[in-house]
Amino acid sequence: MNDRAETPAAAATAPAAASKRLVAIVGPPNSGKSTLFNRLTGLRQKVANFPGVTVEHRVGRAHLHGHHDVDLVDLPGIYSMRPRSEDERVTHDVLHGEMPGLRRPDAVMLVVDSTNLSRHLPLAASILSLGLPTLVLLNMADDLAQRGGEVDAEKLALQLGTPVALISAAKGEGLGAVTRFLGGGIALPRPVELPVLQDVPQCRQWARQISSGADYLTPAPSAWTRRLDGLFLHPVWGPLVFILVVGAVFQSIFSWARPMMEAIEEFVAWSGGWLTSQLPDTLWRSLLVEGVWSGVGAVIVFLPQILLLFLFIVVLEDSGYLARAALIADRTMARVGLQGKSFIPLLSAYACAVPAIMATRTIESKRDRIATILIAPFMTCSARLPVYTLIIAAFIPEQPLLGGLFGTRAASMLGLYVLGFVAAVVTARLLKSSILKSERTPFVLEMPPYRRPNLRSVALRLWERALAFLQRAGTVILAVTIVLWCLASVPFVDGQPPPIEQSLAGTLGRAIEPLIEPLGFNWKIGIGLITSLAAREVIVGTLGTIYGMEAEGDPRGLQAALQQDLSFAGAVALLIFFAFAMQCMSTLAVVRRETGGWKWPAVQFVFMSGLAYVCALVTFQVLS
Amino acid sequence: MSFNNGTHRTLADLRENQQALVERLDLPEELAGRLMELGFVPGQAVTAARSAPGGDPRVFRIDGAEVALRRETALHIYLQASPVN
Repeated sequence: MNDRAETPAAAATAPAAASKRLVAIVGPPNSGKSTLFNRLTGLRQKVANFPGVTVEHRVGRAHLHGHHDVDLVDLPGIYSMRPRSEDERVTHDVLHGEMPGLRRPDAVMLVVDSTNLSRHLPLAASILSLGLPTLVLLNMADDLAQRGGEVDAEKLALQLGTPVALISAAKGEGLGAVTRFLGGGIALPRPVELPVLQDVPQCRQWARQISSGADYLTPAPSAWTRRLDGLFLHPVWGPLVFILVVGAVFQSIFSWARPMMEAIEEFVAWSGGWLTSQLPDTLWRSLLVEGVWSGVGAVIVFLPQILLLFLFIVVLEDSGYLARAALIADRTMARVGLQGKSFIPLLSAYACAVPAIMATRTIESKRDRIATILIAPFMTCSARLPVYTLIIAAFIPEQPLLGGLFGTRAASMLGLYVLGFVAAVVTARLLKSSILKSERTPFVLEMPPYRRPNLRSVALRLWERALAFLQRAGTVILAVTIVLWCLASVPFVDGQPPPIEQSLAGTLGRAIEPLIEPLGFNWKIGIGLITSLAAREVIVGTLGTIYGMEAEGDPRGLQAALQQDLSFAGAVALLIFFAFAMQCMSTLAVVRRETGGWKWPAVQFVFMSGLAYVCALVTFQVLS
Repeated sequence: MSFNNGTHRTLADLRENQQALVERLDLPEELAGRLMELGFVPGQAVTAARSAPGGDPRVFRIDGAEVALRRETALHIYLQASPVN
């Protein structure tokens, strides 16, 4: 850690590269790196990244006033330059220029929590020894001042031999220094010889020395965090609050989203009717209106519900509550052979299994990580939401429960969520007592202070989510819908498309009918099951298309049409099937990538689909 | 080092709001390294805070941060005999 002499000199003489300057944002977990990244790049982020804790690098472009644009790369949080988990390895590799497809950054912005310098500064020593021009950002300056802390940034800069600035990324304060640094126009202080630090105690000793040399006054502990922990980690109130929060989420998904969903539904129906009246009666009109419009429209209706669910998850994550939930869950997780850290990916799997599987990178034990990956798709992801909502609304009458506090539909939905969770837990138990058996792994988790979720970040992530959902509706679902319409329109009879039952799609559906009849499903549902292998919510679009083509000019509505095709027992069996089955190409692809082969995705697919079939079979036979 | 009755005192013996100084970590290198990065270095003051329902795992306040550990880990973090306050 002593080859620092060349650092600032390299910055001053850095050649104006042909491509944009690439600047990395590094720092310990929870220091506000992503908040800074989001503030600087806004909607100009390259990767359609998934929500949740940053577990892989993401690149975005910052427009600067009076300077050239700069590319920023946001990295997973690290405590030291010794990687201990997969996400930390990403940061290590990017900083050393070993990440495939990404050149070594030209400069580094080290973001540390100014309220906790003695813990966060040791990282500065190893980051500075990389020899890249570095700006040290003391984040959460507003918090520091509010809690009575102080630090002299200039004195710190002199001791570190690199520029230092106090900022508040959440409030956007002090970002002038960031702009100047990114633009290459910041004065670099005279470099200093940093000591060679061998071990952690030495590092901390050094950090203490440096911070006291910068007149660092440690702030009082956050009173709010202690007060909130008093409630959320209370032996009685804690679990109660958790249950209340979850209950509120489910009730709101049904009641709050309803008006917005009805508005979209009406718009889709109205615009479909308008299109029909505007276009000549050709096959193209049939493709556009009955194929694409009713198919994609049937799925888009669920956007408000999905955004509402994400809003809750994002707020839980950003506020710091998720770490407490992991703490409360640790004992339960230990009983099935996992640990509390597995709880965080599992909770985000309620939104989508893909980011959840990537979030398992924070789990140090390889076997625990694979077990968590394998059970994550059992958690009820948002793609199941449209399917559940449709079937529940069609088959379960709404009745007030608990004196009107809760409805039967919300309760059924909650039941399905619990079912997925139970399946996950039982599977974990099986895996951890057989093929993935290992020593108990330690649970070490830093509790971040509670923070008020930043409105900008929340809005940004909801926007990303809405885009991703619409993109899926515009690509996967659109493609499947078009293929389905074609299959449902051939072979021609007397120069006209056949009745759907005699079409190619109908033939396919009827071909698998013997297999699914014992589950209570007919050939139309069968077609939906085939298309939903691509993604779960596709079945809704498929049924929209099938009924749209069948009912030409007579929009009966999806629910009414379904009621004629499914018995109550069949509907419950279908719900059970969707709760367990592995119907998602994106998940299988990410499992393959994260586990490095086809073995685990294959195991997962066979196990989940088998379980879904058997459980749906038993359900239908018992109920009917 | 012994404590009163001759047994070693560990982090698991601390009750809520009690404080002590860390003496040493008797844990595998990998885990000890991680804990040291989080602040569990010899001589550092540590305070027991809230726990999950049932008392395990427990949150420990150390060097301005809060870190949750299971009892089985806390049992291997030894404390200095002299109380801090």
